[in-house]
Amino acid sequence: MSVAIADDLRAAHVDYLLRLGDSALILGQRLSEWCGHAPVLEEDLALANVALDLIGQARLLLSHAGVLEGHGRDEDQLAFLRAEREFRNVTMVELPNGDFARTVLRNFLFTAFQREVMTGLQGSADAALAAITVKSLKETRYNLEHAAGWVVRLGDGTDESHARIQRAVDELWPYTEEWFAPDAGDEALAGAGIALCWSNTRGAWTDAVTPVLEAATLVIPAGTAFRSTGRLGVHGEHLGPLLSEMQVLQRTYPGATW
Amino acid sequence: MDRREWPLWEVFIRSRNGLDHKHCGSLHAPDARLALQSARDVYTRRQEGTSIWVVRAEHIVASDPDAKAELFDPAADKIYRHPTFYVLPDDVNHM
Amino acid sequence: MYTQAMDIAAARGEDPAPGQVTDAGYQAEFDAKIDRGDFIEPKDWMPEAYRRTLVRQISQHAHSEIVGMLPEGNWIGRAPTLERKAILLAKVQDEGGHGLYLYAAAETLGVSRDTLVEALHAGRAKYSSIFNYPTLTWADVGVIGWLVDGAAIMNQIPLCRCSYGPYARAMIRVCREESFHQRQGYDLLLAMMSGTAAQRDMVQDAVNRWWWPALMMFGPHDAQSLNSGDSTRWGIKRITNDELRQKFVDATIPQAKLLGVTVPDPDLRWNEARGAHDVGAIDWDEFWSVVNGNGPCNQERLAARIRAWEEGAWVREAAMAHAAKSEARAAGGR
Ligand SMILES: [Fe+2]
Ligand SMILES: [Fe+2]
Repeated sequence: MSVAIADDLRAAHVDYLLRLGDSALILGQRLSEWCGHAPVLEEDLALANVALDLIGQARLLLSHAGVLEGHGRDEDQLAFLRAEREFRNVTMVELPNGDFARTVLRNFLFTAFQREVMTGLQGSADAALAAITVKSLKETRYNLEHAAGWVVRLGDGTDESHARIQRAVDELWPYTEEWFAPDAGDEALAGAGIALCWSNTRGAWTDAVTPVLEAATLVIPAGTAFRSTGRLGVHGEHLGPLLSEMQVLQRTYPGATW
Repeated sequence: MDRREWPLWEVFIRSRNGLDHKHCGSLHAPDARLALQSARDVYTRRQEGTSIWVVRAEHIVASDPDAKAELFDPAADKIYRHPTFYVLPDDVNHM
Repeated sequence: MYTQAMDIAAARGEDPAPGQVTDAGYQAEFDAKIDRGDFIEPKDWMPEAYRRTLVRQISQHAHSEIVGMLPEGNWIGRAPTLERKAILLAKVQDEGGHGLYLYAAAETLGVSRDTLVEALHAGRAKYSSIFNYPTLTWADVGVIGWLVDGAAIMNQIPLCRCSYGPYARAMIRVCREESFHQRQGYDLLLAMMSGTAAQRDMVQDAVNRWWWPALMMFGPHDAQSLNSGDSTRWGIKRITNDELRQKFVDATIPQAKLLGVTVPDPDLRWNEARGAHDVGAIDWDEFWSVVNGNGPCNQERLAARIRAWEEGAWVREAAMAHAAKSEARAAGGR
């Protein structure tokens, strides 16, 4: 990465990394809530593995963002000492887990999106970002496969499971709109060969998720005017409590090392 | 409600290429796809594998321990199958 | 230990008299195998008392691993760094894996995992009482790794050579994974001890609360533990409760010194003559009280397991229904 990036481009670049890193972190935080409480022991291990992948991705992305930002903030300062409005995760990942249907459906929708974004980032002019996505993409492909299997199982399974996962589709689908909204920062970064516009991934993402939802006999709800804006730092009400929990030790004991 | 337990699967892992798959344990899964995924999550968290087989436990046909004598003892006296049975002159005994 | 309740069942006389010999020939062959140090494998003939003892011990061990996920799981969401979060999540996940390996070993004895889990939920099966204590600070995570996993490892290493093949193999896998658990706990505590005064206080407080429960993990004194005869002979229990406890204390005290903490036992002394530490009196009333369900978290722990199980029922059912439908579709398409 050239050192001569213009400041505004740098800000957009940091923001872009935070959107990816924060989304991975917050979803990892949510998924780790399942540990010890899953429907079957095998899924305890599976969901923990997904969470570990996401936390690992978040660490790489936040560290890189910290370096690029140039204020000496490391992954932990970014994760534990930023306020709610400074987080750039998409809103969907901060929502409570809900039941297992909602959990796997969110994993499915979001990892499918992650896969499209990461695929496009492998050729990034930001060599560090490209390297992170090459590694993360392997994890993402597996996690997508695991989630897709569950979407079909629950959609096709029993009346109850079908109803639960259809409800999850109805509730979560509107939050996907945010991912594909045009963004000036994205466009500037795309122009510089650093990133791809999230809005350009809609086609590939739709092509990826639709057949699975169809196999699961699930119906995609009609569009609504609802737009979430977490990636702009304007979240719903669930992120605050999540951060209060996640950040409690760093906030309570300033200056301590752990 | 259908409270049937998920079937049991036996898991076999090839730890690296060049080695046989080896039995490493079992798990429960409703179908082959999830059995394979769970085997990966349960038994290869520390890079223990490069290849996984899963087999429904009920599909394994095992020999009867009571038949051990007739199955395996007859091989005991066929010592001429073993290279050490043949004592060759020192000069060629590395053969 | 993780299977401490075994000793308890025997001490209370709940245990049926061990094995009536059903077939003298089989029994003789079994005894000879045990005496030679051979392994017993699932399909081999075994005395009913052996099978029953193993099912009880292995399943209690498995339940302990699973319930043991809860106290530390309480801190995953609040881990103070991302690295510590990943370590703790991986550690708690490992414990789930241990439970899984052990249930699988128990299943080779002809009892299903669901049956074992139901026994836990109905209160018929025990798990280690150590997990009925609350985790109050982040230092508890470190102390559990150091003391609780440390105590568990002491008990588990000899089990890698126990006479029942599937149990021994499961324990080998468990022990291989456990080695990181104790180390990460101690590492966490070292970091805190080199931090602020508040952090050091947290560590000392956690040691004060976990020390005695950790010593109780090894179970009642040998004189009170009546079940050891057959278990020792079968290699299911290789070292007595008191021997293990002593070994644990002797290994741990120097580690406490290095860490810079004390243990809450005014009577603890190095006994030059024995070449071992003398330990103060253990409060067995507390032990029995927790075993009997009156520990600070007994109800919550069991309730959490039952809730996960019941709330997951529709998921397990749906997966079976989908599998049946898929098979029917595949058969119909042929
Ligand atoms: Fe364990
Ligand atoms: Fe452990």
